[in-house]
Amino acid sequence: MGDLSRRKMLGWTALAPLAGATSLVAGSSVARAAVAAATGVGTPTRSEVARQRIQRQNLPNVPLLTHEGKQVRFYDDLIKDKIVTMNFFYTKCDEICPAVTANLVTVQKLLGPDVGKKIFMYSFTLKPEEDDVKAIKAYREMFHAKPGWTFLTGTPADLEKIRRGIGFQYPDPAIDKDKSQHIGNVRYGNEPLMLWAACPGLGNAPYLAESISWMLRPETNRIQPS
Amino acid sequence: MYYNVFGEKVSRRRFKEMCNAAKNRRELIAAGLTSRRDLFKMGLLTSGGMLIAKNGLSARAFGQTTANRSGVTTNNPPSSGANTSPGTNQNCVPGNQTASPPTRPFLDPLVVMPLAQKVRSLTPTPTEAPNTAAGEVRAAPFQAPLINSTRFPVVPGTLYQFNQRQFSVRQTADTNLPVQTIWGFDDGTGARSPGPTYQAFYGKPQLTRNINSLPSVTQANNTGFGMPSVTTHLHNAHNPSESDGNPCDFYTAGHFCDQYYPNVLAGFNSDFAPNGDINESLSTLWYHDHRVDFTSQNTYKGLAGFYCLFNQFDTGDSSTGFHLPDFPQFDIPLLFADRVYDPNTGELVFDLFNLDGILGDKFLVNGKIQPFFNVQPRRYRFRLLDTGPSRFYEFFLTNLNNTNGVNPFYLIGTDGNLLPNPIQVQSVRIGPAERVDVIIDFSKFRGQTLYLENRLNQINGQGPAAVDSQLAPQNSTTTECSGTLGTNQPAIKAAGTGNLCLQFRVSGTAVTDDSVDPATNPTFYQLPTTNVPPRIVRTFKFDRLNGQWSINGQFMDCTQFRFAVQQNSSEQWILTNLTGDWTHPVHIHLEEHQILSRNRVAPSVPTDLGRKDVTQLHPNERAMLFFKFRDWTGKYPIHCHNVVHEDHAMMALWHVVAQGDDIQVP
Repeated sequence: MGDLSRRKMLGWTALAPLAGATSLVAGSSVARAAVAAATGVGTPTRSEVARQRIQRQNLPNVPLLTHEGKQVRFYDDLIKDKIVTMNFFYTKCDEICPAVTANLVTVQKLLGPDVGKKIFMYSFTLKPEEDDVKAIKAYREMFHAKPGWTFLTGTPADLEKIRRGIGFQYPDPAIDKDKSQHIGNVRYGNEPLMLWAACPGLGNAPYLAESISWMLRPETNRIQPS
Repeated sequence: MYYNVFGEKVSRRRFKEMCNAAKNRRELIAAGLTSRRDLFKMGLLTSGGMLIAKNGLSARAFGQTTANRSGVTTNNPPSSGANTSPGTNQNCVPGNQTASPPTRPFLDPLVVMPLAQKVRSLTPTPTEAPNTAAGEVRAAPFQAPLINSTRFPVVPGTLYQFNQRQFSVRQTADTNLPVQTIWGFDDGTGARSPGPTYQAFYGKPQLTRNINSLPSVTQANNTGFGMPSVTTHLHNAHNPSESDGNPCDFYTAGHFCDQYYPNVLAGFNSDFAPNGDINESLSTLWYHDHRVDFTSQNTYKGLAGFYCLFNQFDTGDSSTGFHLPDFPQFDIPLLFADRVYDPNTGELVFDLFNLDGILGDKFLVNGKIQPFFNVQPRRYRFRLLDTGPSRFYEFFLTNLNNTNGVNPFYLIGTDGNLLPNPIQVQSVRIGPAERVDVIIDFSKFRGQTLYLENRLNQINGQGPAAVDSQLAPQNSTTTECSGTLGTNQPAIKAAGTGNLCLQFRVSGTAVTDDSVDPATNPTFYQLPTTNVPPRIVRTFKFDRLNGQWSINGQFMDCTQFRFAVQQNSSEQWILTNLTGDWTHPVHIHLEEHQILSRNRVAPSVPTDLGRKDVTQLHPNERAMLFFKFRDWTGKYPIHCHNVVHEDHAMMALWHVVAQGDDIQVP
């Protein structure tokens, strides 16, 4: 069992910067510094190449506007070095969007003070031509979303790049065009650790919050009692 | 302005070419259907089974002849025949993946996974209750010793210690792809993927200590996908729930789980006490990671292997029992997996942002891309396993020198079970997680080269059914599926134009073969009766609600049991698929089932006739299944085994308890 206990020690050491008060950004910088020291500057490691590939293929660095009218870049400002959730909505959607948004309000409450500090929630409009800054701000206020949850709009082309980048499209183009059938999933991920998954926006809120928290504490063990 | 999905601007010319690629592909598929036009004649296929990378043939192949990201124009040699399959979302907008680099096929000999090595003892000694102080993560005490501690001692005579480890390996001898960093199982002889093959016996309980020795979660340790917290499921075993490898129980590096495999026949503690029902004998099982939300990534990264279970009839010795070919010399497990590699670096990549299902353009058998296998001119038993993530296969035995010829073989088992009698087939279809056992007789092919060829058309994660909705029905009289499912047949590619997954080189002089000739129609087991009144009939509707995979309108939730099955009772489950364009391979843990009907008609396809643990639920289909839930209690899931659907909530937890509930639509 010697091997096992050593591994356990290593596990906990690696866990420390994530679970402790140190911010996640600091943790990933440490990791990057270690990588650079080991390999020499300028030679991207396998993990750096992988991270860049994900960024290039799935997380386009397009400009967006927040509900506060602030201009941001998708990858640089919203995603990079962060734990995030992402979903799509539009303000005049009367079926799935209010249900998912209301569910996410509960999820935000359950995630507690980590939202805005370690976990950042994003909702992107599917109809930027209708949803300007004022509209998404009003929508956000209607649901009493707390700080740490940002609603975003932008040009249709840029939002389409995000939607396709994170895989929220149907294989059938006819269904894909019908915005009332839009993908109601919530992507969750830890960008620096390259952990990405998704959960259904209409799922059980406490379980959604638990799933998202795995990004904050990836060294979690879990048992579901019989 | 035109864009690809990378958010990059592309020229109008390139966009048109992408559209043309998709259009040409559809035409190619259609051509294979209606006129069986020979791709050789069209100059698109070489005799080695390589598809010529031609501009406009596939959006993936297109990528190989244009400037890569470093700006260097490449004109790579044709790919491995693997690029005959497009990737996900291959319409005018290519998916999040591009084509893998080309590789030459049939360079590597087939790897036959070595038998798992036992250990004499485990430290600390396994305990009936989880040894949490030592780092064990297990949901409950072992059930088997509580039933009979003499027959099932807490520390059984057969012990294994498996470490999940990260390791490096070449997946092809072609240096066009680099050494890959993946995950595998180490039984003490070094990590490998697929993992070592268990040789298990009924009547000999065994225990595996599965230790998570994967690198802990840091950026530097991550190759781009995979969640290093694990739970290892033994797929199809009649196992107690605490040892089943439940998706909601998982553990990180430095922790372990002792999993008790009683190797006992269903019914041993209920209707067929004390030995169980011989007709419930299992043979071909497999183990794989089942971590909720991350199963597709973790199995794609390598966490899978075989578990072959023997008894006094299925002995693995051709001179005894059913006289099936000798294990492991002539009884060969084959693990199929399709994968994608980065077009520039050649590293294994996984589309993390996909909801539909993932297709690879490289075909691996036992961990190598398109290997060859030197076989003797005699009978072999092959155990074919489709590990997905999302691909369905229809395998034919192809001789490229005579593509009009038909090379039948014998189907002897479906999923974990031998059929009552062998069935001669010209092809066999399997979906994710399904297995088939076949007997191929090479004695009449001395000196020849044959291929195990996948001729099923599949263009995205929807399953072969997606082809149905786009193309005219075909006359599929040469496939095992003829006469079923009406005219809505998936398209089968012409012989020699599919994916040549495995090459057989039949060499050597004639040999004595004392294994049973399936043509003599030997009898294996009988099917257990389904003529038992069910305690309850339950209905499960598999659907997609705004992109969210669902069962009865609900989603996977690790915190809730959706219904309670009564211990030692029988039930009928109706699985319905109201979507017109998705196939879901539905898997149920603990007990196998028999298919009573599909759309109210008794099943007729050979792979539907035996006992099953995965049933392919085709578009617009209603399948009625028969179950007996016996012996064990505790929690188990039902889920779609297109692991991308499974990871996106198409799963439900249920449990077996003393008093079941009456929820008909859980």
